[in-house]
Amino acid sequence: MKKEIIISGFGGQGGLAIGKNLAEAGMAEGLNVTWAPSYGPEMRGGTANCSVVLSDKPVGSPVFAHPTELIALNEPSLAKFEAGVLPGGIVFVNSDVVTDKVQRPDLTAYYVPCSQIAEEVGNSKVSNMVMLGAYVAATGILKPETIEKMIEEMFAGPKAKFIPLNIEAFRRGMACVQ
Amino acid sequence: MAKELWKGNEAIAEAAIRAGCDCFFGYPITPQSEVPEYMSVHLPEHGGVFVQAESEVAAINMVYGAAGAGMRAMTSSSSPGISLKQEGITYIAGAELPAVIVNCMRGGPGLGTIQPGQGDYFQATRGGGNGDYRTVVLSPSNVQETVDFMQEAFDIADQYRNPVMVVCDGLIGQMMEPIEWREIPKRNLPPKDWAANGRKGRDHHNVINSLYMDPEVCDAHNRHLDEKYAEIAKNEVRWEEVQCEDAEIVITAYGTPARIALTALDALRADGIKAGLFRPITLWPFPEKALHELAAKEHVKAFLDVEMSSSGQMIDDVRLAVEGQKPISYLGHAGGVMPTVEEMIESAKKALKEVQ
Repeated sequence: MKKEIIISGFGGQGGLAIGKNLAEAGMAEGLNVTWAPSYGPEMRGGTANCSVVLSDKPVGSPVFAHPTELIALNEPSLAKFEAGVLPGGIVFVNSDVVTDKVQRPDLTAYYVPCSQIAEEVGNSKVSNMVMLGAYVAATGILKPETIEKMIEEMFAGPKAKFIPLNIEAFRRGMACVQ
Repeated sequence: MAKELWKGNEAIAEAAIRAGCDCFFGYPITPQSEVPEYMSVHLPEHGGVFVQAESEVAAINMVYGAAGAGMRAMTSSSSPGISLKQEGITYIAGAELPAVIVNCMRGGPGLGTIQPGQGDYFQATRGGGNGDYRTVVLSPSNVQETVDFMQEAFDIADQYRNPVMVVCDGLIGQMMEPIEWREIPKRNLPPKDWAANGRKGRDHHNVINSLYMDPEVCDAHNRHLDEKYAEIAKNEVRWEEVQCEDAEIVITAYGTPARIALTALDALRADGIKAGLFRPITLWPFPEKALHELAAKEHVKAFLDVEMSSSGQMIDDVRLAVEGQKPISYLGHAGGVMPTVEEMIESAKKALKEVQ
């Protein structure tokens, strides 16, 4: 089993954080993981992306041209990476920001209204948790409990009040692809 | 021990603190700025000294001073910043002081790019400063190895009283990977009775110096350094061979291209091509003998050297080691572009086809 995922969006949308959460959760489940960010001037207002590998074997290259899944949080990301997705792969689109549709018929597309769901659960900042939920539900690669435990650890102590909000956002994300 | 997800640069800094680093002197530069950032917060918590110097030149000279006083001192930078430190490094080598220098390489020449590069191989292994000196050069290819090598770097520096460079690249510095904080066997290190840290009842002053006005004395000093370098070459050379036992095509690579090659090997093997990887871990001393012996094996038909460098730098050492026994081809990019798995597969197939 090997997943090679590209998560891409505007700096500040939480794309790098989604990647880090996937890597953390993969590590917690005993997988070999890497997280490699794009870094440079494009992060200031432009598009930032990261490459995540989750694998049951040691990870060689942490970067790749053909992701098994693409998470596109904005239009430039979909335009840039759709062509490279592995045949039969999955594309997750933040449909509140991206109006374009996935063009390739061989890809499975999920349109997730991340921002809208985040607003509904009470905080626009949790839109990345919605997308994380969609990814976990659609791929079945990670256990939802692992993510929820990670959220509990992430918001320990004085931040504990954010746990229910994040878990709710994660579950709503799962629900919208099931 | 539980695994923890660490970013390369932050792991370098934490590993240095755990290795007993007393002083860090640096100056920010992408893609290694997380090293000084982490040090600025955490080194003082452990009683160490962090100084953001006014320049790279100042930082390396602070390392020179602190090392001369017997401290475990280090600096880190990225390619253009490392160029600025070369004068200090040759002084440190000449004065026989232990110090650790981390180079998180980016594309060059000049200011180049902030993306990963490996164009500093010559500078690291041949010495970018003046005079006949050597720095030990450790080249990790993942975050765990980077962490493990920090303790080793300080220990090797102390054992031989010589600067040690840890060279990684922008990708290893920026990426995150699970690591374990392993116990690295500590070396039995000599006392620093040469340190200029006060007379302490001795009958003489310790002097830290790289100036020898008498040519005969300077010649003798160089001979002494040479003997030390021979000793290091004998004791410290390291490399890794992956699936070389039956390999017909052997990729030579270090750092990030070496780990990209691991993925290429799997694909080549799945295609029925016997591919292997020879990965130098110490760039100096270079694993010359091991590579020479591998090249002599009948099953090895050709080599493919892969670097993040325009026409290759390590390839010179590969050629010297292979000594014409087998053909060597090259795949590389400079300017921050990383070689891809697909390119490696194609180049390996082509190199093999040319000898068949």
